[in-house]
Amino acid sequence: MSEPRHEVPERDSPSCTESKVGEPDKAIVEIQDVAFTRGATRIFDGLNIRIPRGKITAVMGPSGTGKTTLLRLMTGQLTPDRGQILVEGKDVHSMSRTELYAMRRKMGMLFQNGALLTDLDVFENVAFPLREHTNLPERLIRHIVLTKLHAVGLRGTWRMMPSALSGGMARRVAMARAMATDPEIIIYDEPLGGLDPISMGVILRLIKRLNDALNITTIVVSHDVQEIASIADCSYLISNGKVIASGKPDELRENANPIVQQFMTGMADGPVPFHYPGPDYSEQLLGGSSE
Amino acid sequence: MKDFLTDAVQTLVTFLQGLGQLGLFFVSLLVYSPRTLVRRPQLVMRQVYNSGAMSLTIILTCGLFVGMVLGLQGFDTLQRFGAEEALGTFAALSLVKELGPVLTALLFAGRAGTALASEIGLMRATDQLAAMEMMAVDPIRRVVIPRFLGGVISMPFLAAIFNMVAIFGAYLVGVSFMGVDEGSFWSQMYANVAVADINQGIIKSVVFGVVASLLAVFEGYNSVPTAEGVGRATTRTVVITAIVVLIMDYMLTAALIG
Ligand SMILES: Nc1ncnc2c1ncn2[C@@H]1O[C@H](COP(=O)(O)OP(=O)(O)O)[C@@H](O)[C@H]1O
Ligand SMILES: [Mg+2]
Repeated sequence: MSEPRHEVPERDSPSCTESKVGEPDKAIVEIQDVAFTRGATRIFDGLNIRIPRGKITAVMGPSGTGKTTLLRLMTGQLTPDRGQILVEGKDVHSMSRTELYAMRRKMGMLFQNGALLTDLDVFENVAFPLREHTNLPERLIRHIVLTKLHAVGLRGTWRMMPSALSGGMARRVAMARAMATDPEIIIYDEPLGGLDPISMGVILRLIKRLNDALNITTIVVSHDVQEIASIADCSYLISNGKVIASGKPDELRENANPIVQQFMTGMADGPVPFHYPGPDYSEQLLGGSSE
Repeated sequence: MKDFLTDAVQTLVTFLQGLGQLGLFFVSLLVYSPRTLVRRPQLVMRQVYNSGAMSLTIILTCGLFVGMVLGLQGFDTLQRFGAEEALGTFAALSLVKELGPVLTALLFAGRAGTALASEIGLMRATDQLAAMEMMAVDPIRRVVIPRFLGGVISMPFLAAIFNMVAIFGAYLVGVSFMGVDEGSFWSQMYANVAVADINQGIIKSVVFGVVASLLAVFEGYNSVPTAEGVGRATTRTVVITAIVVLIMDYMLTAALIG
């Protein structure tokens, strides 16, 4: 069924984000024409995203565009108003609770601040999914947990409580926890937010290494464009509820769309204005307190 | 006038929606509680220990002083009828049937209830509950039910402890300070406190235990996931528990006496 592969080096070649004829099931997650509203705000309207298997896919966009919301839709924590989300070809929102839980056991998710359970120590946090879902003997649990902690470089913290960890360390422990059950897909929400440059580098290398070593699918949602683009195989840029650009990082950088340019280069003002809409500056200054 | 009416209707609708939500929440707790109790008893026992141990100091202190006040007031009232020896009966009946269950529930709400609500609220605000969901673990079964059952189980014991300490307080004041005859203090108490009185107290403390624990975990679980929201949930826990416990106390008393 597969035609001979021909790598076409022309500009319009199907990039990582478009489906190729003859390879219909390359995408592990497919978001099709999704619309979602929160209160009166339309967060998504006609969103289309394909996440290829085994690659690192970045979904980028300014704060408040709905990146976290997108992850919650993808994992069945929220339901879209329109459209569907397929994970391994199955519609997430027509699954029963049992199916949904079975799907989630194949996923690992890293929340914005790690979301470690505050009443358990580091070891027990990583052991948590194992204890909840398996009857493994204590010796094996210990082995798995220490291996995962070692992989993120934090085996030494095993008896510390989450409150004693720095932001970067908490995220690495959360990575170890997400890896504990050997997921096929791992999802990161703002893995670099609020980190110092050294911790950023550590986390970036870990994301890349886990993806390559274990051959899992990685989805990273972030506004740290430069850093994430350095490890991503393909990227999506969302703004105003839609994908405005997609492709390999180089393709995004060359994109002529001024919004894409503003976002990729981090300029303060541009199509996305620096000023929140308001009355005229000088009028407001002179207008006195009654305005 | 029309605005007032629409506001009133709106408030009523919100209230009924909240009540319905609470009812469904309660049912789901009841459905899964037996299984949790059988399969994960250690989770429940840890919460019994948590909420019980947390409330013990306040229960002991308040119990002692409530009992001592009862001793003073009871003595003062009873001696007007020349019935000081009835002090033991008076203190025991007031405590076992009313003050024990009600005050224990209010103290429990203030100490353990607020702690439960803010703990669960913070777990939501910091995505710990969502993280559990993502690990295919149901937070209702893993987090809410053990805490609910912990409160339900510890409340009758706390009420019993409150009563014992308070009766000792009344004894201390009545017998040691005011000179009531020790023999009649105890013998009158034994003679006049019936099993039915004690049962009434037990029923009340069980019901209040369910109410106080349910409201605490409900408010925490449904709090707005912000610092402000968690604060509000904590306050609401105390206020609503106090109101509901006092209303239910009247209804239960009417039913049990009538
Ligand atoms: N629980 C909620 N209720 C109402 N609005 C929300 C809620 N969560 C997020 N929002 C709104 O949805 C939008 C997208 O939020 P989010 O997905 O967190 O954005 P991002 O992760 O890209 O910063 C924001 O405008 C936010 O105010
Ligand atoms: Mg976000």
